[in-house]
Amino acid sequence: MQVPAHFEYERATSVEHALDLMGRWGDGARLVAGGHSLLPMMKLRLARPEALIDINDLTELDYILVDGEELAIGAMTRHRDLLRSALVAEHYPIFRDAERVIADPIVRNRGTVGGSLCQADPSEDLSAAFAAVDATAVIRGTGGTRTVPVREFHTGPYETVVAPAEMLVEIRVALRPGGGSAYEKVERRVGDWAVAAAGAALWLDGDLGDSGGAGTVRDVGIGLTAVGAAHFHASEAEDFLRGRPATEENFAGAARIAGANCEPSADQRGPVDYKRHLAGELTARALRRAAARARGSEA
Amino acid sequence: MRITVNVNGVDHEREVSNRTLLVHFLRDDLGLTGTHWGCDTSNCGVCTVWLDEVPVKSCTVLAVMADGHRVRTVEGLANGAELDPVQQGFVACHGLQCGFCTPGMMMTGRALLNENPDPSEAEIREAISGQLCRCTGYENIVRSIRWAAQFEAAARATTNETAEVAQ
Repeated sequence: MQVPAHFEYERATSVEHALDLMGRWGDGARLVAGGHSLLPMMKLRLARPEALIDINDLTELDYILVDGEELAIGAMTRHRDLLRSALVAEHYPIFRDAERVIADPIVRNRGTVGGSLCQADPSEDLSAAFAAVDATAVIRGTGGTRTVPVREFHTGPYETVVAPAEMLVEIRVALRPGGGSAYEKVERRVGDWAVAAAGAALWLDGDLGDSGGAGTVRDVGIGLTAVGAAHFHASEAEDFLRGRPATEENFAGAARIAGANCEPSADQRGPVDYKRHLAGELTARALRRAAARARGSEA
Repeated sequence: MRITVNVNGVDHEREVSNRTLLVHFLRDDLGLTGTHWGCDTSNCGVCTVWLDEVPVKSCTVLAVMADGHRVRTVEGLANGAELDPVQQGFVACHGLQCGFCTPGMMMTGRALLNENPDPSEAEIREAISGQLCRCTGYENIVRSIRWAAQFEAAARATTNETAEVAQ
């Protein structure tokens, strides 16, 4: 039987209450949301918090809405709701693509968006998707609220910029016209962690689709997971593509750069060269699909 | 910690350790052994129960997290002596061999039909994709859930006809 070691349990009734409890418990406390990463780690003694602060009652953080020119996603949004959101699918289908391949439907019922980001697993999917769209994390502490680009949110495996007395409360993504986005993942079996995965968001200028050509890449974001890309992000590949025509040739060029610049580790999911190849190939596929969506030729 | 969990419509108050998992609370503290305990790692799904009407893997939920909430287990599916149509479907379509995955499969099947009364085979397969049948009897599990969908559709049609006649 696998059960966690002893811990104290507190249940927060509001964000303020959660912050107050964290202040009282200090470094030994961990927030628990869906618990689908933290509890397994506690069973294996890979995590051993002194106290768990349960934030599942904080429905105030469970929302997806458009706020001004941004999509705002509450940290307690369950994976299932991100997957099912018509608003998300309309603006950023990358999240629908990613959510379809995150764990399984029953785990998605419980797991949360904020929990996934804060767990900071180096193979986590949403971290790459949020990096691709250049999202902003909203972090609250007793002293107030601060924002951090998701591309600076992760400081290493299982480490983030969120301080012990702070919590992630929201993720914001700018709504920009003329864009398309997509996520491509290879996994050993359905619901597994990625062998490698890539997310792409791009914004095109020029005559598109039926009326014109491929378009020019006004801006692009590329996220990678499970391949040791710093901050889940392929910045060199983005720099290459920005300002170039959105053609297969240029996508292949960006893909080569993405594959060359990541640092995968060999493990039971595959050797380094295979993962590097996948990082490139999946980058190309994600760019292709994102471009098709930007041109309106694919849903 | 002292918790009160409403299981299948009945409040149960118990003293539990903070580290007790919901699956063990159900099985060991309440004696509801219909919920099975399998992989312990939220992979196999045999421990699937509803937490506030939503299917969850109860090996990855703490009993204390269920305090003040509603849980439904396979013991709460039947209405007295009348089996739920999903249970009837498993009988009619040979939806189980060893039966180990069955309670979890039925809880997911029921939840799916509550949301989507007419799921396609692909939708059923997606719904149960987080659960393993070690007998590999997926074909009949999918048929069983489809059977229940058709049974309920027929029942609804009969009710509507009766209502029309009454008018």
